[in-house]
This record gives sequence, C-alpha cells and structure tokens, in this order.
Amino acid sequence: MIEVEELSVSYGAVQALRDVSFLAETGKITAVLGANGAGKTTLLRTISGLKESVKGNITFDDHSLIHKKPENIARLGVGHVPEGRGVISEFTVEENLRLGAMMAKVDLAAGLDEQYAQFPVLGERRKQHAAKLSGGERQMLAMARALIAQPSVLLLDEPSLGLAPLVTAQLMHTIHDLCASKGLTVILVEQNASTALRISDHAVILYLGRVVANDVATNVIADENLRQYYLGMVE
Amino acid sequence: MDAFLTSRIISDVLEGLTNGVIYGLVALSLVLIWRSTGILNFAQGAMPMFATYIGMVVFAHKLNFWFLAAIAIVAGFAVGGITERVLVRHLYGKPELNPIVVMVGFLIVLEGVAAAIWSTTPRGLPSPFSPIDWHLGGQPFALSPFAVYEIVTALIVMTLVACLFRFTKLGLQLRASAIAPEVSRLLGVRVGRMLTLGWILATGVGTIVAVLVSSNFFTGLTPQVMDGIFAFGFIAAAVGGLDSPVGAIVAGVSMGIILQFVGDFLNSNAIIVTALIILIISLMIRPNGLFAKSTARRV
Repeated sequence: MIEVEELSVSYGAVQALRDVSFLAETGKITAVLGANGAGKTTLLRTISGLKESVKGNITFDDHSLIHKKPENIARLGVGHVPEGRGVISEFTVEENLRLGAMMAKVDLAAGLDEQYAQFPVLGERRKQHAAKLSGGERQMLAMARALIAQPSVLLLDEPSLGLAPLVTAQLMHTIHDLCASKGLTVILVEQNASTALRISDHAVILYLGRVVANDVATNVIADENLRQYYLGMVE
Repeated sequence: MDAFLTSRIISDVLEGLTNGVIYGLVALSLVLIWRSTGILNFAQGAMPMFATYIGMVVFAHKLNFWFLAAIAIVAGFAVGGITERVLVRHLYGKPELNPIVVMVGFLIVLEGVAAAIWSTTPRGLPSPFSPIDWHLGGQPFALSPFAVYEIVTALIVMTLVACLFRFTKLGLQLRASAIAPEVSRLLGVRVGRMLTLGWILATGVGTIVAVLVSSNFFTGLTPQVMDGIFAFGFIAAAVGGLDSPVGAIVAGVSMGIILQFVGDFLNSNAIIVTALIILIISLMIRPNGLFAKSTARRV
C-alpha cells in the first residue's frame, strides 16, 4: 500500500503538486489521470525518490519514502517504469533484465525464465540490443525489467505512449493480469484515460497539480463532468 | 627486402608494441573515467605518479619490488577514490569547462607537491626484469625481458578490465551507471558508489602504467614521469573514441607502432608532430573517435 499525504512539490517558483493526497491499495490498480502539466510524472518521480518533495509524506507499508534515495526506495520493492520506457539501448535484452534482477532475491535463471514466459518475444530477442526493439517490445522489456526484481509496487508512467491501439490494449491486459496474479500494487499514470480507467480499480485526477477527483474508477467513468472537463472524453 | 631492413622493421614493431600497450593502458584509464563520469581527467598521469611515489619511495627500503608495486596500486585506488569523493563529486552537472580547469589545476598541484616532497631528481626504482635486449644470432632483438613483462602486464590488465565489464554484476552496474544513471538508480544500483569505483579502477590502471614506466631502468620516477605518456595516451583515447575501451587500446597500440617507425625512419622530433597529425586527421574523419558509437542515444 502506498499512501500519499498532502504532498507538495515545486520546480523553482513553479509548484507542480499542491497538497496531493490519495491511497493506492495493495493489489489494486490506481490510475493517475490528467492533462499535460497536471503533475502526473512529477508525482511518480517523487514517490520513487527522483524528486524531492517540499512538504507532505509518502508511506509504503511502514516506511516513509520522503528523503530516501531512489536506489533505497527501489530496494524496498518499489519498481518504476519511467516515461519513455528507460530501457538501456546499449544493452542487450538479457543485460537489461540482468540489471533489473540485481536486487531480486530469486535465482536469476528462474527470474529470466519467468519473464520470457510472460513476454515470449523478449526470449526470442534476448541477445539483441534494446535499440533494435520496436516501441511495444521496449515497453515489454521495461516492464519485465521492473518485474524481475519482484516489486510490491509498480509505478508505470505513460506505458501506452507511442504505441499502436492494439499493442496498448494487449499491454493493459498484461498489466491487469499481473496485478491480479501477483497482488501487485500499481500506480498507472496515463493520458489515455479511457484505456486506463477500463483496467483500474481507483482513479485520481490531477489538474494543475491539485487533486480534483479521487474515487473508484467506475464512479469516475460515470461522472460526465469529470470525463468532459478533466479527461477530454467526449461521447 | 634485405635482412637488415627486415630486422629493423621487426625491431620497430616490437618496440612500438611495447610503447603502444602503455599508451593503450593510459587511454583505457581515461576512457574508464570518461565513460563513468563524463570528465576528461587531465590529472590521469599525475594521480598515478603520486600513488607510485607513495608505494615505491616511502616503503622502498623495506620491501621487494612486487610488494612495492602492490602498495602503489592500492595507493592508486585510494588516490582515485578520495579524488572522486572530495574533488570531482562537486563537479558533476557543472559547465564542461569547470572539470577541465579543476583537473588541470589538480595536475599542477600534484606535480608541485611531489616535487616538494620527493624532489625532481629521477629515482631509480628496483626493476624485476632486465631492460637489456635479448640477442638472436649475435644481434640484439629489440625485445627485452622487461618489455615482455610490460606487454604481458598490459594484456592481463586489459583482459581483466574487459572481463569485469563483460561478465560480472559489478561491471554491468558500472556500465549502466555510466550510460543511464537515473534508470540505474530506479533499479536499485548505488550510482554514487559506482562512480567512485570507476575512478578507483581507472587510477589503479594508471598506477600500473606508472609503476611499469618508473621501474624502467632508462626512465626512473620523477614528478613529470607520466606527462609525455599521458599526452600520447590522451591522443590515443581521442583517436579511438573516448567512450570506447577497445578503441583506446587499438589506437594506443597502433600509435605506438606508427610513432616508432616515424622516429626510426624519419626523425625523433617528428614523433609528436605525427601524433598530432594523426589526431587531427582522425577527428576530421570521425569527430567522436574512430571506434566511438553515435552520440545520439535513446534511453
């Protein structure tokens, strides 16, 4: 479980997040939605320690994540797949996965087998450099690399960015299955609101750094005002 | 081709190879630092020189060569680590000129301090092998036991560094930290430690070169002992590509052989000019170095 309490973050004079609070429950998918500049990516970067907060608190189980280094937060079991996927192009698929497995407590071979079973295309391309993968394959690699460390929480930043609709649908299906089968807590940042809401249990909508809605996903889908004014979902 | 010319060519190749592996190692140590921290370490000759003084002079009267060399290398690790933690860490993310100015200043300080403590008089260090060339059919063969020791040591160091980066978890973390520090941190890699390790490793490699050069009977140890070698190693690193360990070694060895031929067949004064011409031409053809990958990077 991740609990964010009255979190404020700024870039110089620009305040990116203002008193943001929400709860991401264990084994559930929480979608964080909003337009460009709403503060979604900043929120994930603050949870994973890449950005210092001005005030507020973030709790993961019994650990406060505030003022912790990203590497220590990762070692606690918080996996972050950053925007743009963050795979290391100069590494092969397998080297990327080996790097991800560095903190895993399981056997490397077993971890690799599990990820290749989950994402068969990665197994076929294990010796290829990540630079040669398609956008969808790179996204799968980024997810597999986070998952091989067996995190309790997975932060996904715009996983559908630049992907074809069919690939996006498959990816969302995979995220949903992983969450259900492994009990993962997922915080899913997406601009593609309809796709994200379809698989999410809970939704938080940000607007200019503030939370304007924090409710179960079905209620957000049913609220015409939210859909129209904050998510740009027109009937 | 007459026997004399053949013998001269073989001699040049062997002597050039001996010099070239030294240039290659210096270039490799520069590449290790550049890849891990993006800093061009102009003190990469002076830091190993200082460590060599600590190992080879402070304890010189008490221990044999191999112990002295080991102490120097450990001192090199320490000098590298302390420099990164105390001096270099404050330079990350600063304008590109800042680290250049600081490292040039650090070079001057180290050479000045070494001269003040140990004087500029060359120190003849114990040498484990004879620098006198072997003879073949009554003629000198341009290869001495000391030269073989230099080449073998360089090959061992290059192999160990390659294995470290290619086959170990630590090597994977070092490479990842250099290429994508933010992503590495998100995967739990302690990037700060990896950067320090990069400097420790590079200064250790540099100190092996300094020990090799200083224990050569014809060179000895002075505060400026690494200056000339650093210049050729620097050119080799630039020619090979600052992000390419293989390029550094190939360029270093090639330069050693080419410059040996220039010195033998033209004039020893033409050596540095030729090195600079090689640098200019290679940078005109490939500005990032002959073995460098494209600078465009998708992460």
